[in-house]
Amino acid sequence: MHHTIEVENLTYTYPGGHQALIDVSLSVGPDERVALVGPNGAGKSTLMLHLNGIYRPTSGQVTVGGLPVTDDNIGQIRAWVGLVFQNPDDQLFNPRVFDDVAFGPLHMALPEEEVRRRVDAALDAVGMQDYADHISHHLSLGQKKRVAIATVLSMHPKILVLDEPTAGLDPRARRSLINLLDSMERTMLTATHDMRLVADLFTRVVILDNSRVAADGPTGDILSDGALLTEHGLEAP
Amino acid sequence: MIQLQHLNPTEADTALHRLDPRVKLIVALSLILITGLMPSGAFGAYIALFALMMAEAIIARVSPVLVVARSLAVLPFSLAAVTLIFTGPEPYLAALPVTGWPISEPGLVQCVSIVFKSLISVQAAILLIATTHFTTLLWAMSSLRIPGVLVAIISFMYRYLFLLADEAARLSRARDSRSAVPAGSPVTARSLIFRARTTGRMIGSLLVRAFERSERVYNAMLSRGYTGAPMQIDPPQLCPRDVLIGLIPVLIAASLLAISLII
Ligand SMILES: Nc1ncnc2c1ncn2[C@@H]1O[C@H](COP(=O)(O)OP(=O)(O)O)[C@@H](O)[C@H]1O
Ligand SMILES: [Mg+2]
Repeated sequence: MHHTIEVENLTYTYPGGHQALIDVSLSVGPDERVALVGPNGAGKSTLMLHLNGIYRPTSGQVTVGGLPVTDDNIGQIRAWVGLVFQNPDDQLFNPRVFDDVAFGPLHMALPEEEVRRRVDAALDAVGMQDYADHISHHLSLGQKKRVAIATVLSMHPKILVLDEPTAGLDPRARRSLINLLDSMERTMLTATHDMRLVADLFTRVVILDNSRVAADGPTGDILSDGALLTEHGLEAP
Repeated sequence: MIQLQHLNPTEADTALHRLDPRVKLIVALSLILITGLMPSGAFGAYIALFALMMAEAIIARVSPVLVVARSLAVLPFSLAAVTLIFTGPEPYLAALPVTGWPISEPGLVQCVSIVFKSLISVQAAILLIATTHFTTLLWAMSSLRIPGVLVAIISFMYRYLFLLADEAARLSRARDSRSAVPAGSPVTARSLIFRARTTGRMIGSLLVRAFERSERVYNAMLSRGYTGAPMQIDPPQLCPRDVLIGLIPVLIAASLLAISLII
């Protein structure tokens, strides 16, 4: 099994007519960490929703782990790809933390013992082991973001797709989240505006601007190209 | 602001707090059903049911005054019953001074009965909420085989009520902080219609946000393998002692119903 993402000539038009992605091609290799950067409205979130088949290309093709994203493969692909939404209040739709982390494993039809073990392990991995019985509404934003990551870790995903994981966090919560991500050995594609996060964690950077891929290269090359960053509304860390 | 803390159970740890939530849910629903079935004008039975509620409140160490006070919130909804007073049959007690509408005695009895019955029903629900956490109640519903979609809807209601209340509070704070008044003018410079229009737009914006959120939440569910089929961990066996405790108030209420139907 290769935990890869292949996006070929992906174009996506929203029902209202807005072209959110135009001819986007991108590939992420096994265990590679790629950052997806670009201004608000560039199409980052739209692209991420294609990676587990929530949205389907208007034209072009998405392949995950060697399987094309089609209705036949969708169950398998959703088990492989752990997609963490930007706003944890969208991701945590159960009142209680335990039920949210158990949601994925339960839908994989795992036995109860295994579901409970996975919930414990996932909450442990994000440092939230004491919060299984807490009400999500009462958690801080940093805690919610950690639980949101646990809700996909419990599904043992091969690929992590994270939408702006550090947005809105205070410096300490941000640092501990970065350490958490750094400890995970997985294929990872992360949308972010946090250029220090990019420098710390990612080996490759893809710039998405105005629905198109504007640049794709090693982190060192991209972050040292001041003119390129300025052109796309980004700042060097 | 909505008083959302009313949705949380009280801190005490009494026999009623510890009772199996499935039993409590069924008991509360049975009490409400029995109260609804009580014949009109059975005031003795109403008082007995009310005493039963207050006894439960005392056992659960919830202030009876608080239970009664919160139950009064239902009064506006029973207002519809007031029409019975003027549309009921003879004998008439009197006529209303200005309009001359006749006050029907059976209508008056019916109206007061409905108000009492709704108060008692709401008190049963308040006691349930005051002794059971909402998440436990959701668990009880699904383990009683209430369809998963219904439980999910109630669960979303609870989860997002807080968020929507926060969002509404943020919107009205944003409005208030931009609603400046010129120096020396009265409290509000704008007309009622202007303010009503602003509020209307705020409600619209809240609905649009709720709608967009529902789409994002559904996407999050799909991402984690949701197919529409309900999934849950199997509930444990009911403990016979809990069933017994639950039977007591239900049987008391049922015998009150039987007695008032005979008399
Ligand atoms: N549900 C939708 N319907 C119509 N247009 C949308 C929708 N979601 C996003 N868009 C539009 O698509 C573009 C890309 O949005 P998005 O992928 O969220 O960007 P990013 O995540 O990079 O900020 C934006 O112009 C946005 O307004
Ligand atoms: Mg986005």
